[in-house]
Amino acid sequence: MSGGAAVLRMRGIRKEFPGAVALDGVDLDVREAEIHALTGENGAGKSTLVKVLSGVHPHGSYTGEVLVGGEPRRFAGTADSERAGIAIIHQELALVPQLTVAENVFLGNERVRGRGPLATVDWGRTTVEARRLLARVGLDADPSAPVAGLGVGHRQLVEIAKAIAKPVRLLILDEPTSALNEEESDNLLRLLLEFKARGIASILISHRLNEVVRVADRVTVLRDGRSVETLDAARGEVDEERIIRGMVGRDLENRYPPRTGEVGGVRFEVRDWTVDHPDRRRAVQGASLTVRRGEVVGLAGLMGAGRTEFAMNLFGRCYGRYVRGTLHKDGRRVRLRDPGEAVAAGVAYVPEDRKELGLLLDAPIRENLTLAALDRVGRRGVLHAAREVVAAEELRTRMRVKCRDVSQPVGELSGGNQQKVVLGRWVFARPDLLVLDEPTRGVDVGAKYEIYQVIRELAAGGAGVLLISSELPELLGMCDRIYAMCEGRVTGCLPASRADQESLMRLMTRTGAAPTGETERRPG
Amino acid sequence: MSAPPMAAALRTALRGNVRRYGMVIALAVIVVLFQILTGGLLLRPLNVTNLLLQNSYVLILAIGMMMVIITGHIDLSVGSVVAFTGAASAIMLAEWGLPLWAVLPLALLLGAAIGAWQGFWVAYMGLPAFIVTLAGMLVFRGLTLLVLGGESVGPLPESARTLATGFLPDVQAGGVHLLPLLLGAAVSAVLVRMQYAARADRIRYGLPAASPAAAWAGYIATAAAVLAFCGALALHRGLPVVGLLLLVLITGYAFVMRSTPAGRRVYATGGNEKAALLSGVDTRRTAFWVFVNMGVLSALAGLVFSARLNLATPGAGTMFELDAIAAAFIGGASASGGTGTVLGAVVGALVMGVMNNGMSIIGLGVDWQQAIKGLVLLAAVAFDILSKRRAPGGGRAAGDRAEPTGKVPVGGAAADPGG
Repeated sequence: MSGGAAVLRMRGIRKEFPGAVALDGVDLDVREAEIHALTGENGAGKSTLVKVLSGVHPHGSYTGEVLVGGEPRRFAGTADSERAGIAIIHQELALVPQLTVAENVFLGNERVRGRGPLATVDWGRTTVEARRLLARVGLDADPSAPVAGLGVGHRQLVEIAKAIAKPVRLLILDEPTSALNEEESDNLLRLLLEFKARGIASILISHRLNEVVRVADRVTVLRDGRSVETLDAARGEVDEERIIRGMVGRDLENRYPPRTGEVGGVRFEVRDWTVDHPDRRRAVQGASLTVRRGEVVGLAGLMGAGRTEFAMNLFGRCYGRYVRGTLHKDGRRVRLRDPGEAVAAGVAYVPEDRKELGLLLDAPIRENLTLAALDRVGRRGVLHAAREVVAAEELRTRMRVKCRDVSQPVGELSGGNQQKVVLGRWVFARPDLLVLDEPTRGVDVGAKYEIYQVIRELAAGGAGVLLISSELPELLGMCDRIYAMCEGRVTGCLPASRADQESLMRLMTRTGAAPTGETERRPG
Repeated sequence: MSAPPMAAALRTALRGNVRRYGMVIALAVIVVLFQILTGGLLLRPLNVTNLLLQNSYVLILAIGMMMVIITGHIDLSVGSVVAFTGAASAIMLAEWGLPLWAVLPLALLLGAAIGAWQGFWVAYMGLPAFIVTLAGMLVFRGLTLLVLGGESVGPLPESARTLATGFLPDVQAGGVHLLPLLLGAAVSAVLVRMQYAARADRIRYGLPAASPAAAWAGYIATAAAVLAFCGALALHRGLPVVGLLLLVLITGYAFVMRSTPAGRRVYATGGNEKAALLSGVDTRRTAFWVFVNMGVLSALAGLVFSARLNLATPGAGTMFELDAIAAAFIGGASASGGTGTVLGAVVGALVMGVMNNGMSIIGLGVDWQQAIKGLVLLAAVAFDILSKRRAPGGGRAAGDRAEPTGKVPVGGAAADPGG
């Protein structure tokens, strides 16, 4: 595969924003029929580079050259880059949920009868060709069904079908698997390999280094706006440790901070928690678990296992319909009918979707940090501006949030830093039970470690942590005990010392069975 | 990350300030413009007093509307509610002979009930505010016609008229009223002190702050504007009762929105309702009370308006909702919610008020007045959105309008730290 002709060459790309240099001399070569991974910490410049390549940042707003197929190109907009055969699958999917699958696939590229202003959509061809494209990406979906009914994984495939509906030479995928479960991710990676066999090159931007190692032919590492190195799998240079070293500029010896502090007595106990979806399907069936003082408890499960539904319903019935179940704190039953009561009872929930559910994007960082504990920055119902700034500065240092100052709108921060702000809000509220829903999704290695450290600190301070994660190594690295859920039931619990990926996966896929295995015996 | 050169830094600072104080500057320009066009009539003591009296109810409504818009909603029923509560007050005063001290709380209670009715549908039933208040606009206009029987009710007793057109008892010295001057001195002292403290805080925390010269220019401009305004009042008939009412309302609401958890919850609910909910904010209750508040302020405006006309008419308050909405948007509210300030709403209402007054003095017809005001509204919002797009970032100042959440401006990556 080495020695293939270059599809894309970027030379000395430099892009400045007012007050910041986003890219400072980036070189990138992508060969024909190659899967080229682009890695780097959040803020290293990956997204900016893709925007230069796609014409979002038009020619003239950056310096350096872009050559596609050997010819210098000057894209004035995304239409130009599309014409040159470059297709981008964005992190945030660009589909219209109300339109059908086929309509989305040919959006802006309609199959028409006739020419010019008199052209009408050729629905027959639209459906037939959409079906062919869907088959090519391995999606078994009705072309006339609305996209709104599809899950994230399937939407991703629709997006790819849309991309290959045009003549494409280079496919760029920005964090394509971050919202997918393992099986869906596997499918997607297989698809990339298939495209490669057909001669389509792709650039894969991903934080999931295991996937990068699995499929990438070469890896270019960006750090602080520079391309620091390009690793070649053919020369055996591509492995996770090597990539991480390139990304952070040093060896990250341990990916998980060591356990500190003591695990105490049972702090929270959930018994027989049962939840219905809003449409009255059962979401969670009789889930029971305990969290001890200072303990990090994991909750493993595949997509649709009911983990998020369970956590959100527990947190003041934020999701679905509460059917039954009791929550006990320090042996006393507490009722949490709305999130306000949950916060008052010392329960915190950090949602998975930080932009949708976590942040006031236009509001300054400090207001985001203090929102859940406003009484701590005021006296007798009056907020104290200086005290808020001091508190926010303290949290910013402690959480290592990279920002201009705490009055900067949180929407301007990178993903990892946004996640630290959401987490910081709850650190500030000093919860007794912190429920974290995929806290490191879409977050780079360095920021991940810092988030883990905060979790450890909270636990060492006596809080209980319930960690929901789809990354099994993360659960194994962070937790004292790990519960597994499958189809709305808790199917078992393993101490981390005796758990491994296989045993967890067995519990996560134990359908229709009563809880067995090393289930916790209820104390008292 | 290279430090930007001085010139660029200066440009950014200037641009930030233009955006931040854009509407205040625009207000000053409009005042000067009409002062010239009217040959000095605009700022005559008599006319300044009139400006305040004429716009009192729009100012009251703009405060409430700003809060509704910050929450991410809208209230189209305001004009009809003004008419209905004004009619009810007039009937109580003129026909039932109730004293003002009894009518005032009853009217406010009626307004609260109306607000609660609309808030219930919007906050707890999840109906769009646009629809609920459009219905309210029709319902309360209809009820106004019903209670008035299609006729006007009036005149009102002297006590009620005092509320809208009366002046506070005062000490005079050589034809100059002293109360407005004292109040003006106090208000400008407080405002300058607040600006000074805010700047000191920014410096203490190492945030970019205005240069000493710019800061002093700001203090002097603030004090001069307040004193000039109060001086004009002092030279005419003193401090209007409604002026004191407005001062209390503006100060009170600005304080609540800036410095209390309740205000913060209003911003949070409008900024991202789901995030606010998951942070323990009762977003439904917040929205509900914002509508109740709007109802109470509408009732107050209704009472003031009836008292000013000395009459309750079936057609009262027509288009008031649009004046209030325009004031809020000119004053820096965002259509997607979460941004805006009480002082912004006041500035927005004054822009509209001065234009109305000035154009009337120079004899422009209502036809031209409407068209020009429409264009000013459009220009104000366009200026704000375009300047925001060019320079992402900045605080939540008047004139700071956010793009819809989730849409990252093209330059957004500029803030990627370490990039």
